[in-house]
Amino acid sequence: MSAHGGGAAAAAPEVEVAPPRLDLVRRFVQGDLAELRVVLVLAVIWIIFYIQEDRFLSSVNLTNLVLQATAVGLVAVGVVLVLLLGEIDLSVGAVSGLCAAIMAVLAEKEGLSPYLAIAAAVACGAAIGLFQGSVWTRFGIPSFVVTLAGLLAWPGAQLEVLGETGTVNITDTKITGLVSTFYSDTVGWIFAFLAIGAFAAFNLLGRQRRLRQGLSAPPLGQLVIRIVLVAVAMLVAIWILNDDRGLPLAVLILGGFVLLFFYITTKTTFGRHIYAVGGNAEAARRAGINITRVRIIVFMIASTMAAIGGIMAASRLLAVNQSSGAGDFLLLAIAAPVIAGTSLFGGRGSVWHALLGALVIQSISNGMDLLGLESSVKFIVTGAVLLAAVVVDAIARRQRQAAGRV
Amino acid sequence: MNGNTPVLALKGVSKRFGPVQALTDVDFDIHNGEVVALVGDNGAGKSTMVKTIAGIHTADEGQILFEGREVKISHPTDATNLGIATVYQDLALCDNLDVVENLYLGREEVGGNGLGSVVRPLDETTMEKRTHELLSRLAVTIVDVRAEVGTMSGGQRQQVAIARSLLGEPKMVMLDEPTAALGVRQTAMVLGLIKRLREEGHAVLVISHNLADVFEVADRIFVLRLGRKAGDFAVGEASQEEVVAAITGAEFGHIEDEPGGNQ
Ligand SMILES: Nc1ncnc2c1ncn2[C@@H]1O[C@H](COP(=O)(O)OP(=O)(O)OP(=O)(O)O)[C@@H](O)[C@H]1O
Ligand SMILES: [Mg+2]
Repeated sequence: MSAHGGGAAAAAPEVEVAPPRLDLVRRFVQGDLAELRVVLVLAVIWIIFYIQEDRFLSSVNLTNLVLQATAVGLVAVGVVLVLLLGEIDLSVGAVSGLCAAIMAVLAEKEGLSPYLAIAAAVACGAAIGLFQGSVWTRFGIPSFVVTLAGLLAWPGAQLEVLGETGTVNITDTKITGLVSTFYSDTVGWIFAFLAIGAFAAFNLLGRQRRLRQGLSAPPLGQLVIRIVLVAVAMLVAIWILNDDRGLPLAVLILGGFVLLFFYITTKTTFGRHIYAVGGNAEAARRAGINITRVRIIVFMIASTMAAIGGIMAASRLLAVNQSSGAGDFLLLAIAAPVIAGTSLFGGRGSVWHALLGALVIQSISNGMDLLGLESSVKFIVTGAVLLAAVVVDAIARRQRQAAGRV
Repeated sequence: MNGNTPVLALKGVSKRFGPVQALTDVDFDIHNGEVVALVGDNGAGKSTMVKTIAGIHTADEGQILFEGREVKISHPTDATNLGIATVYQDLALCDNLDVVENLYLGREEVGGNGLGSVVRPLDETTMEKRTHELLSRLAVTIVDVRAEVGTMSGGQRQQVAIARSLLGEPKMVMLDEPTAALGVRQTAMVLGLIKRLREEGHAVLVISHNLADVFEVADRIFVLRLGRKAGDFAVGEASQEEVVAAITGAEFGHIEDEPGGNQ
């Protein structure tokens, strides 16, 4: 149901025929309730690490965890859109590293204003996406091959940009401030209440509009439960963040992009067309949709978000070097939405999965760091989690097919 | 529209694919409120004829007249703009989208005129309301228009595809084997829908291999054999034997069981 993001607003199909309990289990496995599934997974992970090491759930560590998750989360937002097309972009890690290097060199070595440096890096990301998307659609080469070439080539460009030292430290406070800025407790609480109010208004007004038009709408009780759950989660989060340094700017940036792309994917024509192309490209083409345009724009968004994620990573680590964007960064950014329920087969998923999945992945990584585990163990565990997520996705797809849902 | 001018007429239309002569000198016409069945053996040229009218192929020779005017249909949008809608056999639905989303795919309603076109939100309530109106007008019963089309039966999917073609208020609807691969009840649903289209005054051209369906729903039967017109029967005045003879080219006699819903 995530295709129109309504979640509970859209009644699940075949509710009448399946017994309620079974139906709930089915939706849970098949992805209608994937968000709930991943929240549960997150809770289990947190409890396990908490039992091993109670510092894990301290406000300091949770704040750090969120800050660590922003870079992966931002890149994963773009990856979600690519996955919705049924494609893959293997270059997002490399692009994030290259664009971060461009920003760092422009701001620190060339003395450009930090805003211009950031803008240049983001523009480079968009240009790379335009290039890769055009090559893919123009020559019909599978997207994973085109972006694999990018995965190999862009780190070379990154080395070139960084110059002989291979490392650029970031001292500009505008750039480091992206991750090191925290707002006061009052700002945090005001923000929480505004967000809760907006969420409630959005849901209640949407329900009213449907009722006024004589359309079916979810029962008020169900909506109230949703609003209360979101409100509690919001207040607890702000309470934890305030207990440490306060609401971080980085969280607002990540949340802002997630909301922006949630809006684009679920409320606009363009977003609808992304789902359509991922579900049945031929049908989309015959419906008059310019599928090449949709594909190229999505690849531009993915590379742009990769650049933004790279900038945030650089801001947190206070440096860009040869290994920026390398290592497991790419895999984490792709694994995050998949773990949270975005399908690798296209047409199914939600931008929220980027956020939730990034939290899951980062929790595992952060927890293992806290326990002082070797990186060998970390790699294996992360790989196993990704495999498990992909297997769940494949099972869900097979069950849908068995139930006549392709 | 006066009743004598056909909505669409073909005059001497021919179409060749390399060495294959798919259509030869075909004359055809269809009127408002008329259901014409297009029958013929495999490879007779039925799909080619429909695709020529729909603008997927262009005729090599001959004329196409729409409401008496000669028109050139060289692209699918030409046909759509004239008011000719086509439902192909593969339906072209997105299984991951719901009924409303499929119906309005490529022509979504947006609200809030003030903002730029990229950020204007979809007008979901209007689309959903009109979907309900259209489906009830066509007597199509789909309980949940927000259910994914992939969850639906073949008959329901066919109905969604037909409803989708009607959204632009076309004058003529062409259906390529709409009842193939459907069971008895589902076939009845789709045939009912075709009759409903006739009542609404649409011209309907239906390709079918199933003569029982053809005799139930059509007003006229147009037979193609090896790309040529091999017969044009009014349903009340022709027997199944005569139609089969026209299809197979046999002089008379030996009639096989009607071929059912193959292909
Ligand atoms: N795009 C094409 N290129 C080449 N030959 C074609 C093409 N389309 C159709 N043909 C040929 O034209 C002839 C008529 O084909 P058509 O598909 O119109 O038959 P049909 O009556 O629809 O048959 P069926 O009942 O099997 O659907 C066949 O010989 C076919 O092989
Ligand atoms: Mg055919």
